[in-house]
Amino acid sequence: IRHYVMAQTNSYRQSSNGVADESPNMLVYRKMEDVIAHMQDETNGIPVRTVKSFLSKIPSVFSGKIHFFIVTVKRLEALHLGTLMAAHGYFFPISDHVLTLKDDGTFYRFQTPYFWPSNCWEPENTDYAVYLCKRTMQNKARLELADYEAESLARLQRAFARKWEFIFMQAEAQAKVDKKRDKIERKILDSQERAFWDVHRPVPGCVNTTEADIKKSSRMKQPHKTRKSVYGLQNDIQSHSPAHTPAPEVKEPTEEEIRDQIQHWQAQLDRHRLKMSKVAESLLSYTGQYVEYDPFFTSPEPSNPWISDDITVWELETSKEPGQQRVKRWGFGINEVLKDPVGREQFLKFLESEFSSENLRFWLAVQEVKKRPIREVPTRVQEIWQEFLAPGAPSAINVDSKSYDKTTQNVKDPGRYAFEDAQEHIYKLMKSDSYSRFLRSTFYQELLQAKKKVNNWLRRPDV
Amino acid sequence: MGEMEELRKEADNLKDQITEARKVVQDTTLQEAVAGTTLVGRVQLKTRKTLRGHLAKIYAMHWGTDTNCSKLCVSASQDGKLIVWDTLTTNKVNAIPLKSSWVMTCAYAPSGNMVACGGLDNMCSIYNLKGKDGNVKVMRELAAHTGYLSCCRFLNDSEIITSSGDCTCILWDIETGTEKTIFAGHLGDCMSLAVSPDFKMFISGACDFTAKLWDIREATCRQTFSGHESDINAIGFFPNGNAVITGSDDATCKLYDLRADQELITYQDSGIMCGVTSLAASLSGRLLLAGYDDFNVNIWDMLKAERVGVLAGHDNRVSCIGVSSDGMACCTGSWDSFLKIWN
Repeated sequence: IRHYVMAQTNSYRQSSNGVADESPNMLVYRKMEDVIAHMQDETNGIPVRTVKSFLSKIPSVFSGKIHFFIVTVKRLEALHLGTLMAAHGYFFPISDHVLTLKDDGTFYRFQTPYFWPSNCWEPENTDYAVYLCKRTMQNKARLELADYEAESLARLQRAFARKWEFIFMQAEAQAKVDKKRDKIERKILDSQERAFWDVHRPVPGCVNTTEADIKKSSRMKQPHKTRKSVYGLQNDIQSHSPAHTPAPEVKEPTEEEIRDQIQHWQAQLDRHRLKMSKVAESLLSYTGQYVEYDPFFTSPEPSNPWISDDITVWELETSKEPGQQRVKRWGFGINEVLKDPVGREQFLKFLESEFSSENLRFWLAVQEVKKRPIREVPTRVQEIWQEFLAPGAPSAINVDSKSYDKTTQNVKDPGRYAFEDAQEHIYKLMKSDSYSRFLRSTFYQELLQAKKKVNNWLRRPDV
Repeated sequence: MGEMEELRKEADNLKDQITEARKVVQDTTLQEAVAGTTLVGRVQLKTRKTLRGHLAKIYAMHWGTDTNCSKLCVSASQDGKLIVWDTLTTNKVNAIPLKSSWVMTCAYAPSGNMVACGGLDNMCSIYNLKGKDGNVKVMRELAAHTGYLSCCRFLNDSEIITSSGDCTCILWDIETGTEKTIFAGHLGDCMSLAVSPDFKMFISGACDFTAKLWDIREATCRQTFSGHESDINAIGFFPNGNAVITGSDDATCKLYDLRADQELITYQDSGIMCGVTSLAASLSGRLLLAGYDDFNVNIWDMLKAERVGVLAGHDNRVSCIGVSSDGMACCTGSWDSFLKIWN
């Protein structure tokens, strides 16, 4: 058994501002080429040999059995990875146009580096036309066109009707060159050429691995490096993808930009940093606390609607009666009770019963005004000011003098964030005062222990 | 010229000092700290629904917020359509034809009243789903970016944030259709953005290999995180809002903590060669689901940084992924034109 362990190379070339010289695909190609290098290693690589078959020999092949491929990875993964590399054209099954790796005894051949995708191939339709035309000239059963290839040829003949004579001549010339080659060499080169076209003009239904994400292709960095012609032709026919605008030259930052950067780095340097141990502790505690609410770990009650098609669990969510688990979650932090509509309602009810609801009502009103259309904001801001902050306000709240002064100013030219400072202050107050009282209250404790239903609270006399 | 040299030196010097300051708080690593925690058991999710209807590559999807017990999501495809799906019944609630078929992103407003999309047209188009006559129409076309629109996210019905190939992000007022704030600072195309759970901050990932945290109200960049070796395609917040997850063409995901101001851990495997296109965290944050160019979604134990599952159901790249707000389902969208719901 031959072992292979993937090497991780860290030699990605970057220019000084961190921008890559190459397309993201090149990263993948280099990793694949590392694997190929190991596979082709003379001492530890896969044995490549000539196989005798009925009436002839099959040169330069290796068996599809993947135990040699990647031992550190499980079988399914090795198949997945192998198929990925085949689909990109690094090796191919000798008797199939469909580029996959199967774990059977069928034979595969390595692609010649000339045709590797890392050479930035983007072959034109004129080249494909020459290729298919050439195939029809060679009188060999094994080179007969598949149905989809015959259809493509017919289509290309219509598209290039005007220059077909030229294409035909090119095909003839190529066929002549091929005939001169050694028979074994020809077999190998023919199959490699075919595999190249299987990558760039795949069998209908197969994935075209050369397709690029339009976000990446529209900033193609080095269009001049693209190899467009296999047979030395030029094409002026438009392709179907959106126009490639050449990427702008990487600009050197201006003096102002560097000064901005310096300011930014200085501010970031001056930040307080929390110790890693504290951060890790906080992550562990958060995930631990919420795992019972995470449906990927804890099955929802009574059932997961995706599995049972029963939406009871969602109906319970929208009902006014909160379950114990939901009430428990309000205790995790003030944000939990504020973001749950039923939580907000219960928190408000509790505070109203204590005649101390103005803080929460202010906070809720400010949240609401931030979402309003801009034309409604000034009026709302005035209303909030009058209700909570103006001298003699009916629901007067207590903010620190600094926030009060700032808010007084803001209200003169009211925007969505007029009450931001006041809201921050009130939020902190609620967190340390109202919220803690809420959690300790009989009101909350009874909800938590499901000793009462929420609607009953309305019938209790005012305390 | 001498002054520029001085300035550049100063900037580099500050960066070095930041690296040193980060080391000071490294009293442990996340890996060491979680050594005593058991690895999550193998996670096996099944496809519960397949949403069929798009005729070309799907580039983006976004869950709506739950309302009325239905689970709605919106998807955008190169067939030039935005489709709003009822993911439980698989019915199409809306099929919105777009002016430009080169769409790259879509978003659902938290209120459920609107959806947005954009792409190579450099614009963010806002559609009103709750129009008076029942027809879905374009409400606004937000045009100011000079590059493609890679991502957009609503803050509310009045404000939306967009990221663009022109290296900037913009906060828009939807009603007036104007730019309120331009967030500039990235040196490469912005590919993705995510809003913090408290809606006060957002993060952006770009082709300059960095992620930036922005204060929406102050309009400043608070923090910059680097470490990736290629474009950052996907970005998201850890559910507690204190950490950021990124996915890159370098085939890795990373977790950065905002309070420690540095990278905590990298999610990588020598068997994974292809870039990360999209990511989402499970509700508790314990799982990271990431979509890759090799057609798979890999599921990682976020604390132990080990793979605990694979979703292999698509026949082409997984381009987008999202976990519903109650954490019950994961939706994947692919270049194979299908969306799948898993749990």
